[in-house]
Amino acid sequence: MEILLAIMTGVLYAAGTYMILRRSIVKLIIGIILFGNGVNLLIFLLGRITKGNPPIISPELKHFTDIYADPIPQALILTSIVISFGLQAFAIILVKRAYKVLKTDDLDMLNTLDEDS
Amino acid sequence: MLFIVCLGFLLSIAILFIHKFIKGNWAWLSTLIPLTSFLYFLSFIGDIAQNDVIKVSYSWISSYSVDLSFMLDGLSLLFVLMISGIGTLVFWYTSSYLKGHEYLDRFYAYLGIFMAAMLGLVLSDNLITMFIFWELTSISSFFLIGFNNESKSSRKSALLALGITGVGGLFLLAAAVILGQVTSTYTISEMLSMSNEIAMSSSYTFIVVMIFLAAFTKSAQFPFHFWLPGAMKAPTPVSTYLHSATMVKAGIYLILRFSPILGETSLWNTTLITIGAITMLYSAIQMLFRTDLKAILAYSTICALGILTFLTGLGTYEALVAAMVFIVVHALYKASLFLITGIIDHETGTRDITKLSGLKQGLMPIAVAGFVAALISGGVIPTLGFVGKDLIYESTLHFKNNAWLLTGIAIATNVLLFYGGFLVGVKPFLGKKPEALPHLHMPSIRLWLPPMLMVLLGLVLGFMPYLLGDSLIMPGAEVLSRGESGLHLKLWHGFNTMFWLSTLTIAFGVIVYLVLKPSDKLLRFSEKFEFISPKSITQYLVSLFKIMSKYWTMLFQNGYLRHYVATYVTFIIVLVGYLLLKDPVLKIDYNTLADLTVYEIVIIIIMFLSTLFTVFTPSRLAAVAAMGIIGFAFCLLYLFYSAPDLAMTQFSVDTLTVILFVLVLYRLPKYLKFSKNYLRVEHGILSTIFGGMITFLILKVISEPKNSEISNFYAENSYVLAKGKNVVNVILVDFRGSDTLIEITVLIVAAIGVFGLLKLRLKARDKK
Repeated sequence: MEILLAIMTGVLYAAGTYMILRRSIVKLIIGIILFGNGVNLLIFLLGRITKGNPPIISPELKHFTDIYADPIPQALILTSIVISFGLQAFAIILVKRAYKVLKTDDLDMLNTLDEDS
Repeated sequence: MLFIVCLGFLLSIAILFIHKFIKGNWAWLSTLIPLTSFLYFLSFIGDIAQNDVIKVSYSWISSYSVDLSFMLDGLSLLFVLMISGIGTLVFWYTSSYLKGHEYLDRFYAYLGIFMAAMLGLVLSDNLITMFIFWELTSISSFFLIGFNNESKSSRKSALLALGITGVGGLFLLAAAVILGQVTSTYTISEMLSMSNEIAMSSSYTFIVVMIFLAAFTKSAQFPFHFWLPGAMKAPTPVSTYLHSATMVKAGIYLILRFSPILGETSLWNTTLITIGAITMLYSAIQMLFRTDLKAILAYSTICALGILTFLTGLGTYEALVAAMVFIVVHALYKASLFLITGIIDHETGTRDITKLSGLKQGLMPIAVAGFVAALISGGVIPTLGFVGKDLIYESTLHFKNNAWLLTGIAIATNVLLFYGGFLVGVKPFLGKKPEALPHLHMPSIRLWLPPMLMVLLGLVLGFMPYLLGDSLIMPGAEVLSRGESGLHLKLWHGFNTMFWLSTLTIAFGVIVYLVLKPSDKLLRFSEKFEFISPKSITQYLVSLFKIMSKYWTMLFQNGYLRHYVATYVTFIIVLVGYLLLKDPVLKIDYNTLADLTVYEIVIIIIMFLSTLFTVFTPSRLAAVAAMGIIGFAFCLLYLFYSAPDLAMTQFSVDTLTVILFVLVLYRLPKYLKFSKNYLRVEHGILSTIFGGMITFLILKVISEPKNSEISNFYAENSYVLAKGKNVVNVILVDFRGSDTLIEITVLIVAAIGVFGLLKLRLKARDKK
């Protein structure tokens, strides 16, 4: 399964990068979200995958006795998901405002070099 | 001593608070600051005349052996007296010259910084401290040259001067560091005993070249001289103080100070003699073509600096004495000529020599001062100038090689210096006053007293040169020479060769003065050759550099986001790809594929398809929906692989994102393809390579054994220490609790931002 997930991560990275390279801001945001998913999967894979053994200690025990999934990547990804949500929400609203003011979502039209301003 | 050195800094800090006071009628009170230093240093004359050396050290950054250590010996006493003495006169003069100027307070602040830096520079016994003061003089000079900051040429000149002298300072730092490595000390007085080791070391040539570059840029030696005429854009007191009497002599001070340490090699002597001679002749000839009084003085200053370099290069005891006397001579007459030029400019509003004549009407005392200054500059008996020139000829005549050639060069230069002095000090006052000039009357005492005092000093010292000689020059020369001593300054040596050479010089000087009339024609003629001057070449190089850096910047920083991203991605591909390709073998256990369940395969297929769909669909709504599907597929994935918390979070966040997207969608324009097709293909290839590389990287990493030390720590202690059984939760809210707190803060900031953007009502003018 790791192999398939690794390939999937690569696909998400490629799709994310491609979308970030587009001129439309909406595509840019979609690209960032795809990219973020790819990164999460990458972190997840680096902790190796374990089936059906969440890192939760059984109620009657004080330690793990069986194998358990690595908790650190999970903690990291949890943080990452929440933070990227904040970023996405802000970006989406920003796009909306930018469109309202500038009537375009073409990145190149939002481009002002110092000399032109 | 530290207090005295820092007085100038204190003054400029104090001006922050008392600027109204300084701008008013009390500006002249600031004169007390340099005067205090002058009197303080004057009190050391007795000790120094006994060849004492006074050393004071304040610990500063001792771990790097950088200390504020000051050394007062004959050489530095000569310089500090000049700096504080002329400083006193210039501070005094300025209070009238720039009276009522809007930024007089700033001017005094810069001047204070400069004076303190200059005192520090010549007193420093530590090379690093010396470098710091050295750079401070460049920086304060920058502000003073650019004082009239509304004028473009003023700003340009300031920048040019800072560029040249600032770079020079870096050379000094390089020399200091290498010298420090060779001698394992930064203390100059300790290096004195190690001159042999330094000369033997392999870095000797490097050190000497660096010291030369520092000195030549600061002291305006050919081919770095061109910033100095530009620096004349500064108000006249600045030209007087920085660009003739003190700062430009810092380079001379440096080579004088280092001549006992680095000198007496052919590299040292020959270079200094050659560069000095070229500078002397070149600037003396340049002087012939100028019509602006300050430009004439600027070139004659460069010329004098050339003579000083030249004398230091000769390196004999006589030459060093001559150099030190000439420093004083030059400071006296050049400062007074500059101040007189300032008065002329102040009274008539022009500095063009072709328009000035007959100023003796109304300015008689100034005319007398100008005449005496010209006599000192021309080296006419009985002024101190005569003593100086006598010594110069003596040292060239007694030099071991090419004595007559060197003497010839010295005579030619002195003839032109004589001409320059008379042009500025005498010519404007003679003849008939043109109608165009306004009616003249004597300026305030604050303007005419300083030049008067200086020329008077030049006369007095001319009659009694031993006053200067025994108290300052001899102790100074003692420091520089290797054991020789006993030359006593005298005005009259009898009718010897030097006397006849001097007479010859004056005769030629008078002829040149009478024959040559400065005119605009000459100026224009010289401008035809401007394009091959070092200044034009430098400016050409600088503009070339600008074009290149602009091109280079645009290559990476063209303002298009995708361009930046593409650059980053390419860079990562090259860097990481290179490492991966060095060991491209993958150890993959294909057996795990056999354990795959249907659910897993289906999820992967769904994810894969929706990713492709997101990228290629022409509908925005479809893209967002497909993105939502990817998110939910992630939830399932997390669920399968033992991460229930992640699944829950991903589920709620993904739902929210999609809803948010859909909410704003209807306000957006059509989902267009902006990019050109070839660009899409190019980006597609780039992205695919990047994705492939990531896959490869992951496969590579997971084939290595994993280090679970930290994970085990959390797993072991989750219940024992934190009383929680869900390890992920415990990590987030307990072990890394403060991180989570910051994360919440970030979310709050984002929420405030979102709220603000939603509620923001733009004013009409911003909407355009």
